[in-house]
Amino acid sequence: MAVEVKELLPITQRHEELGLADETVLQMYYHLLLSRRLDERCWVLQRQGRVPFHISGIAHEGIGVGAAYALRKGFDIVHPYYRDLALSIALGMKPVEFMLALYGKKGDPHSAARQMPSHFSLRRLNIISGSSPVATQLPQAAGIALAEVLKQKLRPQLEAAGFQVSREMRVVLTSTGEGSTSEGDFHEALNWAGIYKLPLIVLVHNNQYAISVPVWKQMAVKRVADRAAAYGIRGAVCDGGNVLEVYQVVKEAVDRARAGEGTTLIEAVTYRWTPHSSDDDDRTYRTREEVEQGKLRDPLPRLRDYLYRRSLLTQRLEDELEERVRAEVDEAQRLAEEAPYPAPEEALAPVFATEDRSGWWGE
Amino acid sequence: MPEKTLIEAIREAIDEEMARDPRVFVVGEDVGPRGGVFRATMGLWQKYGEWRVIDSPLAELSIVAIGIGAALNGFRPICEIQFADFIHPAFNQIVNEAARFFYRSGGVYNVPMVIRAPYGGGISGGLYHSQSVEAFFAHVPGLKVVIPSNPYDAKGLLKAAIRDPNPVLFFEPKKGYRLIKGEVPDGDYIVPIGPAKVTREGSDLTVFAYGMMHYYALQAAEMVAKEGIDVEVVDLRTLAPVDKATILNSVKKTGKALIVYEDNLTLGYGAEVAAILAEEGFEYLDGPVMRLAGPDVPGVPFSPPMQDFFMPSPQKIAEAIRRLARY
Repeated sequence: MAVEVKELLPITQRHEELGLADETVLQMYYHLLLSRRLDERCWVLQRQGRVPFHISGIAHEGIGVGAAYALRKGFDIVHPYYRDLALSIALGMKPVEFMLALYGKKGDPHSAARQMPSHFSLRRLNIISGSSPVATQLPQAAGIALAEVLKQKLRPQLEAAGFQVSREMRVVLTSTGEGSTSEGDFHEALNWAGIYKLPLIVLVHNNQYAISVPVWKQMAVKRVADRAAAYGIRGAVCDGGNVLEVYQVVKEAVDRARAGEGTTLIEAVTYRWTPHSSDDDDRTYRTREEVEQGKLRDPLPRLRDYLYRRSLLTQRLEDELEERVRAEVDEAQRLAEEAPYPAPEEALAPVFATEDRSGWWGE
Repeated sequence: MPEKTLIEAIREAIDEEMARDPRVFVVGEDVGPRGGVFRATMGLWQKYGEWRVIDSPLAELSIVAIGIGAALNGFRPICEIQFADFIHPAFNQIVNEAARFFYRSGGVYNVPMVIRAPYGGGISGGLYHSQSVEAFFAHVPGLKVVIPSNPYDAKGLLKAAIRDPNPVLFFEPKKGYRLIKGEVPDGDYIVPIGPAKVTREGSDLTVFAYGMMHYYALQAAEMVAKEGIDVEVVDLRTLAPVDKATILNSVKKTGKALIVYEDNLTLGYGAEVAAILAEEGFEYLDGPVMRLAGPDVPGVPFSPPMQDFFMPSPQKIAEAIRRLARY
């Protein structure tokens, strides 16, 4: 690790006070580590010319892992964006499922190898397919959340027609970057969210840059979360490099949303110290000193430091976890490299559905 | 069979589908107590309540995006765009999102939604209450595009659209809302999305049209019949996916084709029909494939003489038929 742990911002929360068991916080560390090592491998594979493209979730793992643990996995619905590798991993995505998409191989469960990598979509985990034009998922997520309200309001008619409505609302979490909050989709989504008190969380990863454009050229307000006031919804800020703080803030938003208290706009602050994507060169728009400073927010060593301080992690356990994660990433890479490409004609279908498989009904 | 107007048939289809399936709901501007600016949803808010007839904020992008989300989560939204001219803010959500969801998820996420919009000119609507937008969307794989020309089809096609597991754009010729009447059965029936229909048999040439222009094409065919020109009329009805077989079979019989649409001429829907005929029906043709459409200007002007100049009419269609028949 290039950065000394003593220079990092310490985690001050205590996991047991947040209702998290020792094993759970260790599991969070494992998911963080797996996401990081998988991501690092993808950069290597791209630089070696083995895959065409990678867009990274490095520096965003604290947000994704913290948020995933605050949700009811397999019940709540997630409409993510391209930095959500760790969110997807923590929700249950297997490394090979990411690697198949990275290579564009047959069996990619996200898009059948049609989309660029990091366009997460896994029906079994309630992760919904996204596109590349940013913020489009936000008003859709509002629609998914509106459907949860409609289910409760229309329960008698729906159940009479054979549609089982869950006892509680599913909470919908959608995420995006701070640059995307400049889009009109962001405004329209939050407007609906406020009017209908939707069970929705809009989680903004503020990594300070929209490719090369710094946050102060995206907005005149200090905080993304300040924008919540304009929509009559709640705004909250958390340190995106502190996985326990992210968990705490998202958990409160989830509980409120499920209780019918409406939407929270959460700004999770981080710093993207990688280039935007494998096609970007960030040396053209920022100094190396700034980048090194940004690494002090790194969620991984901060959680590791916390676990050592709380005597939950030992050198031996840490080494074991590293070894386990390396083996998993190796295996995912091997399987993806061995997998065949889709047949060329698979490009032709399916364009139209012949049956309806939409919706989350029942528990 | 009772006679109904186009708008009554549309309302009846929505009403019956809402009664049949509690997942069906309406969302759009002024669709609630007001019943829509054209009265397409009149009485439905009173009958089904505010959670099934939702007055949206004035924001077309999210009328569609909310519909996409609700569709993904099991509902059957009918999104109303008040005028087709206002659909452009939602273009990204329709074209990049609704159309591509099924393909981009490898067939996992389908989006069962309907987007209704009144379209077309001749109603003193000027540039922004007169547009025809069908060609933009018919170009996009993953979208179905339907335009009814009469009340019977409107009811049956709209029901089919609501039950379709894919996004369907349903454009309604608003000039015909109260002008076009026809027999419409009470109760349930479907007109399937896909097939075009030969609505007038003839042997000299074929006029292809849809929506209001189909209504005019039938009138034009009657005018020239007195002059001895025997016109076949085909109502295209579903623009995407296109019914090539009906197009080709008709021209195989008549040998000549005129395509009428009120959109701008260049790269309008008629261009695709002409291309199909040139590519797959070349040996059937006894004359040039002709198009009659609006001029290539940025809109239908408001002033009555300029509006009339822009719009195809039964007289203009009859004149084009005569020219083609003489060839």
